[in-house]
Amino acid sequence: MAADSTIHCDIVSAEGEIFSGPAKMVFVPAAQGEIGIAPRHAPLLTMIKSGEVRVQLPDGQEQFFFVGGGTLEIQPKKVTVLADTAVRAKDMDEAAAVEAKQRAEEALKGNIDKIEQAEALAELARAAAQLKMIQKLRKIKG
Amino acid sequence: MPGTKEIRTKIASVKSTQKITKAMEMVAASKMRRAQDRMRLSRPYAEKIRIVIGHLNKANPDYRHPFLVEREPKSIGIIVVSSDRGLCGALNTNVFKSTLMLMREWQGKGAKVNLCLLGNKGVAFFRRLGLPILASIGGLGDRPHVKDLLGSVKVMLDAYREGTIDRLFIVNAQFVNTMTQKPVVTQLLPVETSDAGDLQEHWDYIYEPNAAEIIDGVLMRYIESQVYRSAVESVACEMAARMVAMKAASDNAGKLIGDLQLVYNKARQAAITKELAEIVGGAAAV
Repeated sequence: MAADSTIHCDIVSAEGEIFSGPAKMVFVPAAQGEIGIAPRHAPLLTMIKSGEVRVQLPDGQEQFFFVGGGTLEIQPKKVTVLADTAVRAKDMDEAAAVEAKQRAEEALKGNIDKIEQAEALAELARAAAQLKMIQKLRKIKG
Repeated sequence: MPGTKEIRTKIASVKSTQKITKAMEMVAASKMRRAQDRMRLSRPYAEKIRIVIGHLNKANPDYRHPFLVEREPKSIGIIVVSSDRGLCGALNTNVFKSTLMLMREWQGKGAKVNLCLLGNKGVAFFRRLGLPILASIGGLGDRPHVKDLLGSVKVMLDAYREGTIDRLFIVNAQFVNTMTQKPVVTQLLPVETSDAGDLQEHWDYIYEPNAAEIIDGVLMRYIESQVYRSAVESVACEMAARMVAMKAASDNAGKLIGDLQLVYNKARQAAITKELAEIVGGAAAV
């Protein structure tokens, strides 16, 4: 296959490489709707929503990957999906930050007690985000 | 000369200690292998995101992100990555030492120091110094997850945005090889950019929805991935250091047992000789 009819696709997360290889076309759930990326696409930088990344291999087969959000970079010959490992929600990040701060204060005082409210809040947000993902998964499967 | 019974008990106690250190050595060895694998797995992401940032720097958005702008350092932040548990040689001590050196250097320039501590040992050590600790997290375990680190990193990034700190460093142990781990200091903020490599022309990305938001997201993830990589590397170092320390302990226990066995044999022989002499002396008297 000629070199310019495929595009190199890398999907990586902080905890490991997920996919790397040539593709005919890549479909990514970008922040403003799903986009399909063919070779020689214009350079683009955008955020990804949580959802499904579809990679069409040169032999016509398709591979599916679920990402919980992240960043997408497109160069004419290369697509890079920087996937987030953690399912993130803005309020969840906030709760985690509060927790870390409080833990520091507790550590300074000398008693390392668990901050249960913040922990429960973070747990709740995490569970809600995961629930959403599961529902999405079901919708696509069903 | 001590009694033979005491020496026997001592030998038994050293032997059981040796059993423990040997077990710890083997556990650390297998955990080290897994930690090294994780370290390798985190590399592609870090490389890719660094390339993207290199591209970003070459592109010309009309917006300069605060993370890329150098400021007068009036106050600095240091993220210290240490282990949760001890018995790993001088690993943590070395990290703390280079942290203190970094602190002294900046305090000499009149900058204030704020800390962010990852790992229980760091919390225990730096609590006594009475410096402001902005965030801390302990009990990350052998497999630190990105999501466990996000909170602490966010606190430091917010502090940077608000101007509480003007520069952010991370100190962690670097895995050179199984025998050698050395502490390294890396500057996280402002981001030191490298060259982009293969792109020469004047160009820019299309940003969706807008440049500021995306660049912010990319840079935040870059810092997070750096902190994650440091945490994973620190675990690999901890395991390697523990393996080496426990090997030395096992060897020392073996030597100690040998010496004690010698003393024990001598004591036993002396006791027998004494008994014989008494019998012979008694027989002669009769």
